[in-house]
Amino acid sequence: MTVTPPTVAAELPRRATRRLRSIKSRETWAGLGMIAPAGILLVLFLIVPVILAFTLSFTNARLISPNPPRFVGFDNFIRAFTADPVFIQSVGNTAVFALVVVPVQAGLGLLLAVLVNRRMRGVTAFRVIFFIPVVTSIVVVSILWKFMYQQDGLINSMIDALTFGAWSGVDWLNDPHTALGAIIVLSIWQAVGFHMIIWLSGLQTIPEELYEAAKMDGASPWRQFTNVTWPGLRPTMVFVLVTITIAALGLFVQVDVMTQGGPVNSTSTIVYYAVRKGYEQQEIGYAAAISLIFFVAVLIIALIQRRLTREKD
Amino acid sequence: MRRTTPIFVSVGLVGAIVLTGCGQAGQGDATTEDGRTELTMWTHSAGNPAELEVYERIISDFNDSQDQYEVVHESFPQGAYNDAIVAAAASGDLPCLLDLDGPIMPNWAWAGYLQPLELPSELTDSLLPTAVGVWDDQIYSAGYWDAALAIFARESVLTENGIRVPTMEEPWTADEFDEALATLKAGGYETPIDIGAEDTGEWWPYAYSPFLQSFGGDLIDRSTMLSSDGALNGPEALAWGEWFAGLFADGYAGNGGTVGNQEFIDDEVALSYTGVWNAVAALDAVGDDLLILPPPDLGAGPKIGGGSWQWAISSECNDADGAREYLEFSFQDEYITEFADKQVVIPATEAAAQASQYFGDDGALRPFVEFSQEYAVLRPETPAYAVISSTFETAAKDIMNGADVQDTLDRAVSEIDANIASNDGYGFQ
Repeated sequence: MTVTPPTVAAELPRRATRRLRSIKSRETWAGLGMIAPAGILLVLFLIVPVILAFTLSFTNARLISPNPPRFVGFDNFIRAFTADPVFIQSVGNTAVFALVVVPVQAGLGLLLAVLVNRRMRGVTAFRVIFFIPVVTSIVVVSILWKFMYQQDGLINSMIDALTFGAWSGVDWLNDPHTALGAIIVLSIWQAVGFHMIIWLSGLQTIPEELYEAAKMDGASPWRQFTNVTWPGLRPTMVFVLVTITIAALGLFVQVDVMTQGGPVNSTSTIVYYAVRKGYEQQEIGYAAAISLIFFVAVLIIALIQRRLTREKD
Repeated sequence: MRRTTPIFVSVGLVGAIVLTGCGQAGQGDATTEDGRTELTMWTHSAGNPAELEVYERIISDFNDSQDQYEVVHESFPQGAYNDAIVAAAASGDLPCLLDLDGPIMPNWAWAGYLQPLELPSELTDSLLPTAVGVWDDQIYSAGYWDAALAIFARESVLTENGIRVPTMEEPWTADEFDEALATLKAGGYETPIDIGAEDTGEWWPYAYSPFLQSFGGDLIDRSTMLSSDGALNGPEALAWGEWFAGLFADGYAGNGGTVGNQEFIDDEVALSYTGVWNAVAALDAVGDDLLILPPPDLGAGPKIGGGSWQWAISSECNDADGAREYLEFSFQDEYITEFADKQVVIPATEAAAQASQYFGDDGALRPFVEFSQEYAVLRPETPAYAVISSTFETAAKDIMNGADVQDTLDRAVSEIDANIASNDGYGFQ
């Protein structure tokens, strides 16, 4: 990579060239040595598994089996799209989840960020309160909400008290009509604080002078928001949108802890279904195919998002 | 740089492989300082001090008793245990001796993780049939105990509500059971019976497939082990599904609350369908008023699940004779009694049961021994069980939540059958 042009080499005294070369090669070695730990880990835990998953998805490999895996071509992919209603339903559930969570969570996060960006007393306390669910383990959060969603849980008791017993609520997680909605609400609540912090950091990069100038021009708070804040938040917006989308598409823990994909597959997601097929039912080949489909889908969505949100000069 | 990159990568890979290779030890080819052969042993009992204490005593007694072998044990938490075994098998690092949950045994034996146990037949014959694991006509595992389910009730509550106390000679019929639940609900219990539906995983097939069998259905056609068609979606299974859905729809059972027997102890439910392991706590709380009742006869007689944790020798063990010697030593009645009393599980031999404080003829928990002998049905002994188990759990939960019973069962059957077919029948042809 670092070839010295021969003309330059001829001009320099030989010894100096050699010293230069040895310094350069020493630097190269040191650089490689420093990359090595990360590089090895990356190869072992990222590149090798991806290649493995790609290969396995074209076989009927089992997690546990004395039979050697057979190459089955596109059978797994054909099965997923034509003969597996649960997979199709999982795709649908994941899409619904993402379509609701992405705008609502991003919007709420921005609203909270604008609210806690003011100079007022106790603002740190609010920031902490909104951020607490983010640092609590999602497993713990899911278990707690599972209790709250029970037939005789906190949420139904509250509804009962507020409506003076007129409506006693439903068994949220065990009703196919409400289970996914219940998980959506919990998920938005849990991660909104994280996105609030990101928005907040974006808000604080907008120079105060712009607001002062806008005020001098007599802009209302709403005009200030649309003409100063929002354009200033553009890079933050792209980041928030992409991270929420990827997190939403990867929905797994809440489902695993709270509903196991039920009732009647109404909360099964692509990732949950892949884990269920691969580990519980030991069909690693098929699960790898599902993961590959998921990977391609996320890639496409991320590319579309990038295109839509690119800087137009 | 172009030339050095592959060298770096390969050095890293070799390093990683060497590091993982260092983990291999103790498959019967390592020796201790005093020249004894080391036998590694894995248990799932980390977090269960009562069980571990007995193991530690057996191991130290065995190690003191001879100078050829030394057993070295390692305990894993139950939740991570099966994964640890599968991972160890994949990397060729299985211990000599390992314990396993009964229904998973055929899967592991089929996969080649285990070798036939070959313990003396007088030993295995003396054990409860449900404590011995057979696959392909060979014994692969044997256990010191079995577990059993029963219905717990308070005698006073049944008498107050005018409900007949069922016996093994005359268990509740399906109608009687439904009536009893209706009476108890009318008598003020919001959900009269706790069947543990808030639990997940293996509990579902373990606890609820016996109801299906009591209706005359099953998880799979046991004569061929090749299909669930007719067994899991026939008329008997349909009847089971509608009965099971009815328990929840009519408000007789709930799926909230805590896992375990606390609702019964707090008298929030009148009946509790639960396991022997909860019996001593119930006995302490309820005392003489506690009744341990057989499950209802839903047509084909009362049934309960059988098969608990058992011991096996891995196929990678290089000194199976030593492992066998240890297992033979460990199956002494004295130890079996200790396991039974400390953990509250049914001892696998009659002699151990008689010596036990709970399971002897006059013991408070004697009914469990009889239920286990009379009613226990093993979960199907096929490698397909891993799939059957999770498919049944999903189907039963859907039915609980009001899905169409026939559709749900048909879908479960096609899922199981497709899996068996894609595994070339799991060795059954």
